[in-house]
Amino acid sequence: MGLEAAIPVDGFLTTSLNRVINWARRSAVWPMPFATACCGIELMATASSRYDLARFGAEVFRFSPRQADLMIVAGRVSVKMLPVLQRIYKQMCEPKWVISMGACASTGGVFDTYAVVQGVDQYIPVDVYVPGCPPRPEMLIEGVMAIQRIIDQDNIPFDGDGRRLPLEIALEPTHRPSDQPVDVTIGAT
Amino acid sequence: MRKRRGSGWLYDAALMTALEHHAVTRVVEAFGDRTLSRTNFRDQTTLIVQPEDAHEILRFLRDDAACDYALLVDVTAADYLEYPVDQPGRFGVVWVLRSHTHDDLLLVKTWLNPSIDTSGIEHDPALEVDSACDIWPGAEWREREVFDMFGIRFNGHPDLRRILTWRDFPAHPLRKDYPLRGRGERENYEVIDRDSV
Ligand code: SF4
Repeated sequence: MGLEAAIPVDGFLTTSLNRVINWARRSAVWPMPFATACCGIELMATASSRYDLARFGAEVFRFSPRQADLMIVAGRVSVKMLPVLQRIYKQMCEPKWVISMGACASTGGVFDTYAVVQGVDQYIPVDVYVPGCPPRPEMLIEGVMAIQRIIDQDNIPFDGDGRRLPLEIALEPTHRPSDQPVDVTIGAT
Repeated sequence: MRKRRGSGWLYDAALMTALEHHAVTRVVEAFGDRTLSRTNFRDQTTLIVQPEDAHEILRFLRDDAACDYALLVDVTAADYLEYPVDQPGRFGVVWVLRSHTHDDLLLVKTWLNPSIDTSGIEHDPALEVDSACDIWPGAEWREREVFDMFGIRFNGHPDLRRILTWRDFPAHPLRKDYPLRGRGERENYEVIDRDSV
Protein backbone atom coordinates (compact mmCIF):
# COMPACT_ATOMS: atom_id res chain seq x y z
CA MET A 1 0.00 0.00 0.00
CA GLY A 2 2.95 2.28 0.44
CA LEU A 3 1.45 3.65 3.62
CA GLU A 4 4.54 5.46 4.83
CA ALA A 5 4.69 7.57 1.73
CA ALA A 6 0.96 8.22 1.72
CA ILE A 7 0.68 9.43 5.29
CA PRO A 8 1.07 13.18 5.33
CA VAL A 9 2.86 15.02 8.06
CA ASP A 10 -0.19 15.45 10.28
CA GLY A 11 -0.79 11.69 10.34
CA PHE A 12 -4.17 11.42 8.59
CA LEU A 13 -5.01 9.21 5.68
CA THR A 14 -8.25 8.64 3.87
CA THR A 15 -8.99 5.45 1.98
CA SER A 16 -11.96 3.23 1.36
CA LEU A 17 -12.88 0.71 4.03
CA ASN A 18 -12.79 -2.06 1.44
CA ARG A 19 -9.20 -1.33 0.65
CA VAL A 20 -8.20 -1.50 4.27
CA ILE A 21 -10.03 -4.76 4.79
CA ASN A 22 -8.54 -6.27 1.68
CA TRP A 23 -5.10 -5.07 2.66
CA ALA A 24 -5.50 -6.74 6.04
CA ARG A 25 -6.73 -9.96 4.51
CA ARG A 26 -4.06 -10.04 1.89
CA SER A 27 -1.31 -9.42 4.40
CA ALA A 28 -2.42 -12.17 6.72
CA VAL A 29 -3.17 -15.26 4.69
CA TRP A 30 -2.96 -18.13 7.14
CA PRO A 31 -2.28 -21.39 5.34
CA MET A 32 -3.48 -24.77 6.44
CA PRO A 33 -0.77 -27.20 5.25
CA PHE A 34 -2.50 -30.30 3.97
CA ALA A 35 0.80 -31.96 3.17
CA THR A 36 0.32 -35.61 2.32
CA ALA A 37 3.42 -36.44 0.31
CA CYS A 38 6.76 -35.23 -1.01
CA CYS A 39 5.40 -31.81 -2.02
CA GLY A 40 5.01 -31.18 1.69
CA ILE A 41 8.79 -31.09 1.98
CA GLU A 42 8.95 -28.26 -0.52
CA LEU A 43 6.14 -26.57 1.35
CA MET A 44 8.29 -26.67 4.47
CA ALA A 45 11.21 -25.24 2.53
CA THR A 46 8.93 -22.44 1.35
CA ALA A 47 8.09 -21.55 4.91
CA SER A 48 11.61 -21.80 6.22
CA SER A 49 14.25 -19.13 6.22
CA ARG A 50 15.75 -19.47 2.77
CA TYR A 51 12.56 -18.78 0.81
CA ASP A 52 10.74 -17.23 3.74
CA LEU A 53 7.04 -17.11 3.02
CA ALA A 54 6.84 -14.64 5.89
CA ARG A 55 7.91 -11.94 3.47
CA PHE A 56 4.46 -12.21 1.97
CA GLY A 57 2.54 -12.36 5.20
CA ALA A 58 1.63 -16.03 4.96
CA GLU A 59 3.98 -17.68 7.39
CA VAL A 60 1.49 -18.54 10.10
CA PHE A 61 0.78 -22.16 9.34
CA ARG A 62 -2.28 -23.27 11.23
CA PHE A 63 -3.06 -26.90 11.77
CA SER A 64 -6.55 -26.04 12.87
CA PRO A 65 -8.81 -25.36 9.89
CA ARG A 66 -10.80 -22.94 12.00
CA GLN A 67 -7.84 -20.62 12.13
CA ALA A 68 -6.79 -20.89 8.51
CA ASP A 69 -8.11 -19.34 5.32
CA LEU A 70 -5.81 -20.87 2.70
CA MET A 71 -5.62 -24.59 2.25
CA ILE A 72 -2.46 -25.81 0.50
CA VAL A 73 -3.05 -29.34 -0.75
CA ALA A 74 0.53 -30.53 -1.14
CA GLY A 75 0.80 -34.08 -2.39
CA ARG A 76 -1.33 -36.92 -3.58
CA VAL A 77 -4.63 -37.49 -1.85
CA SER A 78 -5.62 -41.08 -1.44
CA VAL A 79 -9.23 -42.09 -1.74
CA LYS A 80 -9.25 -42.86 1.96
CA MET A 81 -7.91 -39.40 2.78
CA LEU A 82 -10.39 -37.53 0.61
CA PRO A 83 -13.23 -37.40 3.17
CA VAL A 84 -10.73 -35.89 5.61
CA LEU A 85 -9.73 -33.27 3.08
CA GLN A 86 -13.35 -32.41 2.41
CA ARG A 87 -14.15 -32.19 6.09
CA ILE A 88 -11.22 -29.89 6.78
CA TYR A 89 -12.22 -27.75 3.84
CA LYS A 90 -15.74 -27.48 5.18
CA GLN A 91 -14.45 -26.45 8.58
CA MET A 92 -12.48 -23.50 7.25
CA CYS A 93 -14.17 -20.13 7.47
CA GLU A 94 -14.96 -17.92 4.52
CA PRO A 95 -13.36 -16.21 2.76
CA LYS A 96 -11.13 -19.18 2.05
CA TRP A 97 -8.89 -20.26 -0.78
CA VAL A 98 -7.37 -23.50 -1.94
CA ILE A 99 -4.02 -24.01 -3.63
CA SER A 100 -3.48 -27.34 -5.34
CA MET A 101 0.27 -27.78 -5.16
CA GLY A 102 2.05 -30.11 -7.55
CA ALA A 103 1.10 -32.57 -10.25
CA CYS A 104 -0.39 -35.07 -7.84
CA ALA A 105 -2.83 -32.78 -6.10
CA SER A 106 -3.92 -31.27 -9.41
CA THR A 107 -4.16 -34.39 -11.56
CA GLY A 108 -3.06 -37.47 -9.66
CA GLY A 109 0.34 -37.22 -11.31
CA VAL A 110 1.93 -40.53 -12.13
CA PHE A 111 -0.21 -42.31 -9.55
CA ASP A 112 -3.04 -43.39 -11.79
CA THR A 113 -4.26 -46.16 -9.48
CA TYR A 114 -7.43 -47.17 -7.72
CA ALA A 115 -6.26 -45.58 -4.49
CA VAL A 116 -5.36 -42.06 -5.61
CA VAL A 117 -7.75 -39.23 -6.39
CA GLN A 118 -7.10 -37.89 -9.87
CA GLY A 119 -7.15 -34.22 -8.99
CA VAL A 120 -8.65 -32.75 -5.84
CA ASP A 121 -10.51 -30.19 -7.94
CA GLN A 122 -13.01 -32.91 -8.76
CA TYR A 123 -14.15 -32.85 -5.16
CA ILE A 124 -13.39 -29.43 -3.70
CA PRO A 125 -13.15 -26.02 -5.37
CA VAL A 126 -9.55 -25.16 -6.22
CA ASP A 127 -8.44 -21.58 -6.77
CA VAL A 128 -4.83 -21.86 -7.87
CA TYR A 129 -3.01 -24.76 -9.49
CA VAL A 130 0.73 -24.71 -8.96
CA PRO A 131 2.46 -26.99 -11.46
CA GLY A 132 5.62 -28.96 -10.82
CA CYS A 133 6.84 -32.15 -9.26
CA PRO A 134 7.41 -30.71 -6.81
CA PRO A 135 6.92 -27.02 -7.56
CA ARG A 136 9.86 -24.94 -6.53
CA PRO A 137 9.20 -22.71 -3.53
CA GLU A 138 9.22 -19.70 -5.85
CA MET A 139 6.28 -21.23 -7.71
CA LEU A 140 4.35 -21.79 -4.53
CA ILE A 141 5.05 -18.25 -3.42
CA GLU A 142 3.80 -17.12 -6.80
CA GLY A 143 0.64 -19.11 -6.14
CA VAL A 144 0.14 -17.43 -2.78
CA MET A 145 0.78 -14.07 -4.38
CA ALA A 146 -1.75 -14.78 -7.12
CA ILE A 147 -4.35 -15.15 -4.40
CA GLN A 148 -3.09 -12.05 -2.65
CA ARG A 149 -3.40 -10.01 -5.83
CA ILE A 150 -6.97 -11.15 -6.25
CA ILE A 151 -7.81 -10.23 -2.67
CA ASP A 152 -6.05 -6.92 -3.00
CA GLN A 153 -7.94 -5.89 -6.09
CA ASP A 154 -11.23 -7.00 -4.60
CA ASN A 155 -11.56 -9.30 -7.56
CA ILE A 156 -13.16 -12.29 -5.92
CA PRO A 157 -15.38 -13.66 -8.66
CA PHE A 158 -19.05 -14.20 -7.94
CA ASP A 159 -21.65 -15.83 -10.06
CA GLY A 160 -25.01 -14.21 -10.74
CA ASP A 161 -26.45 -15.18 -7.35
CA GLY A 162 -23.61 -13.65 -5.41
CA ARG A 163 -21.89 -16.96 -4.74
CA ARG A 164 -18.15 -17.19 -4.93
CA LEU A 165 -16.61 -19.05 -7.82
CA PRO A 166 -13.29 -20.84 -7.65
CA LEU A 167 -10.56 -18.68 -9.09
CA GLU A 168 -9.19 -21.46 -11.30
CA ILE A 169 -5.85 -19.88 -11.90
CA ALA A 170 -3.26 -22.17 -13.42
CA LEU A 171 0.19 -20.76 -12.91
CA GLU A 172 2.75 -20.64 -15.64
CA PRO A 173 6.32 -20.85 -14.52
CA THR A 174 7.32 -17.24 -14.02
CA HIS A 175 10.98 -17.56 -13.46
CA ARG A 176 14.08 -19.36 -14.54
CA PRO A 177 15.49 -21.23 -11.58
CA SER A 178 18.76 -19.52 -10.95
CA ASP A 179 22.02 -21.24 -10.22
CA GLN A 180 22.60 -22.36 -6.71
CA PRO A 181 24.70 -19.98 -4.65
CA VAL A 182 28.42 -20.53 -4.92
CA ASP A 183 30.18 -22.24 -2.07
CA VAL A 184 31.12 -20.05 0.81
CA THR A 185 34.54 -20.62 2.25
CA ILE A 186 34.31 -20.12 5.94
CA GLY A 187 37.17 -18.19 7.41
CA ALA A 188 38.40 -16.86 4.06
CA THR A 189 39.34 -13.23 3.95
CA MET B 1 26.95 -71.95 -5.54
CA ARG B 2 29.01 -69.40 -7.33
CA LYS B 3 31.59 -67.25 -5.76
CA ARG B 4 33.16 -64.21 -7.27
CA ARG B 5 36.95 -64.31 -7.58
CA GLY B 6 38.80 -61.68 -9.50
CA SER B 7 36.99 -61.17 -12.76
CA GLY B 8 35.56 -64.65 -13.27
CA TRP B 9 32.87 -66.84 -11.72
CA LEU B 10 34.12 -70.01 -10.12
CA TYR B 11 32.20 -72.94 -8.75
CA ASP B 12 33.27 -73.78 -5.28
CA ALA B 13 32.74 -77.32 -4.05
CA ALA B 14 32.89 -76.32 -0.40
CA LEU B 15 30.17 -73.77 -0.89
CA MET B 16 28.06 -76.22 -2.85
CA THR B 17 27.66 -78.34 0.26
CA ALA B 18 26.56 -75.23 2.12
CA LEU B 19 23.47 -75.40 -0.08
CA GLU B 20 22.22 -78.00 2.35
CA HIS B 21 20.32 -75.57 4.49
CA HIS B 22 20.53 -76.52 8.15
CA ALA B 23 16.97 -75.51 8.98
CA VAL B 24 15.53 -77.29 5.98
CA THR B 25 17.42 -80.41 6.98
CA ARG B 26 15.93 -80.16 10.47
CA VAL B 27 12.43 -79.75 9.10
CA VAL B 28 12.84 -82.71 6.77
CA GLU B 29 13.99 -84.83 9.73
CA ALA B 30 11.07 -83.79 11.88
CA PHE B 31 8.35 -83.73 9.21
CA GLY B 32 9.50 -86.49 6.92
CA ASP B 33 5.94 -87.63 6.26
CA ARG B 34 4.83 -84.29 4.82
CA THR B 35 5.10 -82.97 1.30
CA LEU B 36 7.95 -80.51 1.37
CA SER B 37 10.11 -78.98 -1.27
CA ARG B 38 12.54 -76.18 -1.45
CA THR B 39 14.12 -73.84 -3.92
CA ASN B 40 17.28 -71.88 -3.87
CA PHE B 41 17.82 -68.66 -5.70
CA ARG B 42 21.02 -66.68 -5.24
CA ASP B 43 21.76 -68.28 -1.88
CA GLN B 44 18.26 -67.60 -0.61
CA THR B 45 16.50 -70.78 0.42
CA THR B 46 12.73 -71.08 0.29
CA LEU B 47 10.99 -73.94 2.03
CA ILE B 48 7.69 -74.81 0.36
CA VAL B 49 5.09 -76.45 2.54
CA GLN B 50 1.47 -77.53 2.28
CA PRO B 51 -1.01 -74.94 3.60
CA GLU B 52 -2.27 -77.25 6.34
CA ASP B 53 1.28 -77.94 7.58
CA ALA B 54 2.39 -74.32 7.56
CA HIS B 55 1.46 -73.47 11.12
CA GLU B 56 3.10 -76.52 12.64
CA ILE B 57 6.30 -76.07 10.67
CA LEU B 58 6.48 -72.37 11.46
CA ARG B 59 6.18 -73.15 15.14
CA PHE B 60 8.90 -75.77 14.83
CA LEU B 61 11.15 -73.28 13.06
CA ARG B 62 10.80 -70.87 15.92
CA ASP B 63 11.08 -73.37 18.79
CA ASP B 64 13.74 -75.75 17.55
CA ALA B 65 17.12 -74.67 18.91
CA ALA B 66 18.90 -75.55 15.68
CA CYS B 67 16.54 -73.29 13.73
CA ASP B 68 15.59 -70.59 16.24
CA TYR B 69 13.84 -68.17 13.89
CA ALA B 70 12.86 -65.75 16.59
CA LEU B 71 11.86 -62.91 14.27
CA LEU B 72 9.09 -62.90 11.73
CA VAL B 73 10.24 -60.25 9.28
CA ASP B 74 7.19 -60.26 7.07
CA VAL B 75 4.12 -62.10 5.96
CA THR B 76 3.22 -61.39 2.39
CA ALA B 77 1.64 -62.91 -0.67
CA ALA B 78 1.81 -62.81 -4.44
CA ASP B 79 -0.74 -63.48 -7.14
CA TYR B 80 0.65 -65.59 -9.98
CA LEU B 81 -2.27 -65.16 -12.36
CA GLU B 82 -0.93 -65.12 -15.92
CA TYR B 83 2.59 -65.57 -14.62
CA PRO B 84 4.81 -66.42 -17.60
CA VAL B 85 6.12 -69.58 -15.93
CA ASP B 86 3.76 -72.26 -14.66
CA GLN B 87 3.43 -72.21 -10.88
CA PRO B 88 1.94 -74.78 -8.52
CA GLY B 89 -0.85 -72.44 -7.49
CA ARG B 90 -2.47 -69.09 -7.96
CA PHE B 91 -1.49 -67.41 -4.69
CA GLY B 92 1.77 -67.83 -2.85
CA VAL B 93 1.82 -66.88 0.82
CA VAL B 94 5.30 -66.18 2.12
CA TRP B 95 6.66 -65.94 5.63
CA VAL B 96 10.06 -64.31 5.94
CA LEU B 97 11.92 -65.58 8.99
CA ARG B 98 15.10 -64.33 10.56
CA SER B 99 17.32 -66.14 13.01
CA HIS B 100 19.69 -63.95 14.93
CA THR B 101 21.55 -66.79 16.63
CA HIS B 102 22.30 -68.49 13.30
CA ASP B 103 22.45 -65.33 11.24
CA ASP B 104 20.09 -66.68 8.64
CA LEU B 105 17.08 -65.66 6.62
CA LEU B 106 14.60 -68.29 5.50
CA LEU B 107 11.50 -68.00 3.36
CA VAL B 108 8.59 -70.33 3.98
CA LYS B 109 6.05 -70.43 1.22
CA THR B 110 2.77 -72.14 0.57
CA TRP B 111 0.46 -72.25 -2.44
CA LEU B 112 -3.27 -71.65 -2.46
CA ASN B 113 -5.77 -72.13 -5.24
CA PRO B 114 -9.08 -70.29 -5.17
CA SER B 115 -12.22 -72.37 -5.48
CA ILE B 116 -14.52 -69.54 -6.57
CA ASP B 117 -14.30 -66.50 -8.78
CA THR B 118 -11.71 -64.09 -7.39
CA SER B 119 -13.17 -60.82 -8.64
CA GLY B 120 -15.39 -60.35 -5.60
CA ILE B 121 -14.86 -60.40 -1.86
CA GLU B 122 -16.82 -63.53 -0.98
CA HIS B 123 -15.28 -65.76 1.60
CA ASP B 124 -13.38 -68.51 -0.21
CA PRO B 125 -12.67 -71.50 2.09
CA ALA B 126 -9.82 -72.53 -0.20
CA LEU B 127 -7.97 -69.30 0.51
CA GLU B 128 -7.30 -69.95 4.16
CA VAL B 129 -4.20 -70.70 6.18
CA ASP B 130 -3.62 -70.77 9.92
CA SER B 131 -2.57 -67.53 11.49
CA ALA B 132 0.94 -67.22 12.86
CA CYS B 133 -0.16 -64.66 15.45
CA ASP B 134 0.16 -67.18 18.26
CA ILE B 135 3.77 -67.88 17.24
CA TRP B 136 4.90 -64.32 16.50
CA PRO B 137 2.44 -61.69 17.76
CA GLY B 138 3.95 -59.32 15.19
CA ALA B 139 2.20 -61.25 12.46
CA GLU B 140 -1.07 -59.52 13.24
CA TRP B 141 -0.90 -56.47 11.01
CA ARG B 142 0.93 -58.26 8.19
CA GLU B 143 -1.78 -60.87 8.01
CA ARG B 144 -4.38 -58.14 7.98
CA GLU B 145 -2.60 -56.59 5.04
CA VAL B 146 -2.46 -59.88 3.14
CA PHE B 147 -6.15 -60.34 3.84
CA ASP B 148 -6.94 -56.82 2.71
CA MET B 149 -4.93 -56.99 -0.49
CA PHE B 150 -5.47 -60.63 -1.52
CA GLY B 151 -8.48 -61.89 0.39
CA ILE B 152 -6.51 -64.69 2.00
CA ARG B 153 -7.95 -65.41 5.42
CA PHE B 154 -5.89 -66.42 8.43
CA ASN B 155 -7.64 -68.83 10.78
CA GLY B 156 -7.22 -67.93 14.42
CA HIS B 157 -6.29 -64.33 13.76
CA PRO B 158 -7.52 -62.22 16.68
CA ASP B 159 -8.85 -59.32 14.61
CA LEU B 160 -8.90 -59.96 10.87
CA ARG B 161 -10.11 -56.65 9.47
CA ARG B 162 -8.92 -54.68 6.48
CA ILE B 163 -5.98 -52.51 7.34
CA LEU B 164 -5.21 -50.27 4.34
CA THR B 165 -8.46 -49.91 2.48
CA TRP B 166 -11.65 -49.17 4.33
CA ARG B 167 -14.19 -51.58 5.70
CA ASP B 168 -16.62 -51.61 2.77
CA PHE B 169 -14.02 -51.70 0.01
CA PRO B 170 -15.54 -53.96 -2.65
CA ALA B 171 -12.41 -55.81 -3.79
CA HIS B 172 -9.02 -57.16 -2.87
CA PRO B 173 -6.96 -54.79 -4.95
CA LEU B 174 -3.63 -56.60 -5.32
CA ARG B 175 -5.25 -59.54 -7.07
CA LYS B 176 -4.15 -59.50 -10.66
CA ASP B 177 -7.71 -59.61 -11.95
CA TYR B 178 -8.44 -56.30 -10.25
CA PRO B 179 -7.96 -53.40 -12.67
CA LEU B 180 -5.17 -51.00 -11.77
CA ARG B 181 -7.47 -48.01 -11.98
CA GLY B 182 -10.07 -49.65 -9.82
CA ARG B 183 -13.75 -50.13 -10.42
CA GLY B 184 -14.87 -46.58 -9.75
CA GLU B 185 -13.87 -46.40 -6.09
CA ARG B 186 -11.92 -43.22 -6.65
CA GLU B 187 -14.66 -41.54 -8.68
CA ASN B 188 -17.68 -42.14 -6.49
CA TYR B 189 -17.25 -39.44 -3.94
CA GLU B 190 -19.37 -36.55 -2.81
CA VAL B 191 -18.35 -33.36 -4.60
CA ILE B 192 -18.09 -30.27 -2.45
CA ASP B 193 -18.60 -26.90 -4.04
CA ARG B 194 -18.85 -23.50 -2.44
CA ASP B 195 -22.58 -23.90 -1.91
CA SER B 196 -22.45 -27.09 0.09
CA VAL B 197 -20.22 -25.52 2.69
S1 SF4 C 1 3.81 -33.71 -7.48
FE1 SF4 C 1 5.74 -34.83 -7.30
S2 SF4 C 1 6.68 -33.98 -5.43
FE2 SF4 C 1 4.49 -33.46 -5.38
S3 SF4 C 1 3.50 -35.09 -4.24
FE3 SF4 C 1 3.41 -35.63 -6.40
S4 SF4 C 1 5.20 -36.92 -6.73
FE4 SF4 C 1 5.52 -35.81 -4.82
